[in-house]
Amino acid sequence: MTYQFDFSSLLAYWPEFLQGAWLTLQLSAVSTVAGFIVGTLCAIGRSDGPPWVKFLVGSYVEIIRNTPLLVQVFIVYFGIATLGVRVSANTAAVVALVVNVGAYTCEIVRAGLESVHKSQLEAADCLGLSKPQIYWHVVIRPAIERVYPALTSQYVLLMLASSITSQISAEELTAVANRIQSDTFRSFETYIVVGIIYLALSFVVRIALWLFGLAVFVRKRKLGTAL
Amino acid sequence: MSAVVKLSNVHKSFGTNKVLDGVSFEVGRGEVAAVIGQSGSGKSTALRCINALETIDGGTIDVCGHAVHDAKLDRRSLRRDVGIVFQSYNLFPHLTAEQNIMLAPTCVKNKSKAEARDLAHDVLRRVGLAEKADHFPEQLSGGQQQRVAIARSLAMQPKLMLFDEVTSALDPQLTGEVLKVMEDLARGGMTMILVTHEMAFARKVASQVVYMHKGKVWETGPGAMLDKPNTAELADFVGSGL
Repeated sequence: MTYQFDFSSLLAYWPEFLQGAWLTLQLSAVSTVAGFIVGTLCAIGRSDGPPWVKFLVGSYVEIIRNTPLLVQVFIVYFGIATLGVRVSANTAAVVALVVNVGAYTCEIVRAGLESVHKSQLEAADCLGLSKPQIYWHVVIRPAIERVYPALTSQYVLLMLASSITSQISAEELTAVANRIQSDTFRSFETYIVVGIIYLALSFVVRIALWLFGLAVFVRKRKLGTAL
Repeated sequence: MSAVVKLSNVHKSFGTNKVLDGVSFEVGRGEVAAVIGQSGSGKSTALRCINALETIDGGTIDVCGHAVHDAKLDRRSLRRDVGIVFQSYNLFPHLTAEQNIMLAPTCVKNKSKAEARDLAHDVLRRVGLAEKADHFPEQLSGGQQQRVAIARSLAMQPKLMLFDEVTSALDPQLTGEVLKVMEDLARGGMTMILVTHEMAFARKVASQVVYMHKGKVWETGPGAMLDKPNTAELADFVGSGL
């Protein structure tokens, strides 16, 4: 191999890499929070809603899980434009990511909801708790605690998948890299650097979610169960 | 004697399987009724019907002034008067003992956190587990979990407590500690109905023993009835237990 690595020409671009990484984190954070809310509501609807809600949510989940993210991003981006609403590429990216991760979250949380044993509901019912109280205290909280590791993986995956939104020119890390490599012609080096940054971001996201889990799930912290 | 619980000619089937075939009995205030019988005799179903966990096909059930058989029954107001403890404890795994107990008083009776906590410590003391308030269910033995479950029911200050084979999953030593709590409750004047296989306990503590067989009340009487049964079936049942 005669290739001569040259990372020095990328040095001048480090503020842009940093900015790209920062935007990637922001996109991911907003999409994670919104996607979690959408997904949890959908999970409740799909497991306990009236038939038409089950049908609607079921269709949404299956359509999203069986089409490529890139296509979803384009549909959202051009779809919003066709509706005559002008939004930035970043906003369209967030909407697409929320729609996508909401569907996956729905299925993960639903698995958690269904793992709560019927006898738990019966015990809460016998104590006189109302339906919403039972749902909140006895179903949702332990359900999410149980599937939290799966959710963590999903949200790291979301952060990595956000690179696809570079295709609609959201200015996140991959888009920044695309521009830098066309300026410097140092493609290989550029993507190596970007790869390393993504690795670091994954680490950051995992640590953040782990700390969040420790703060929220007291039992796991006290008993030292893995998150 | 005012009846707290009155079952009259109660019928209940699951599909074609007739589980309760005209069950009638009464439990007065402060009484302890032990319902005994083979597995499948309908005793647990009878207990669940009293708390409206099952709807009955025929007959009437009156519990603390609630017409349980009525389709318009206000289940939540029935729940305020009746506590139930299950064989499998059914504690909420993500909450500590104290939080398990505090949940219903704060949600249902709108007590403040501080009041509910005081109440939790009070009932935990009654079941001898004051020092376990901060433990999660999985950190407790089966017997301790069951005592927390009893405390959780007590915290709602029910007029009637139902016990559904609460010691069946426990070894003899742990069974002993749970039965002791129940005996203390009985002595304190709590009206109780317990479905149990603990014959010695039934004989000692129950003011009334109800022997069920094939979905019917086969024989009923004071605890001493177990020593000289009137029917061959009860004699058989008691004999096989020894």
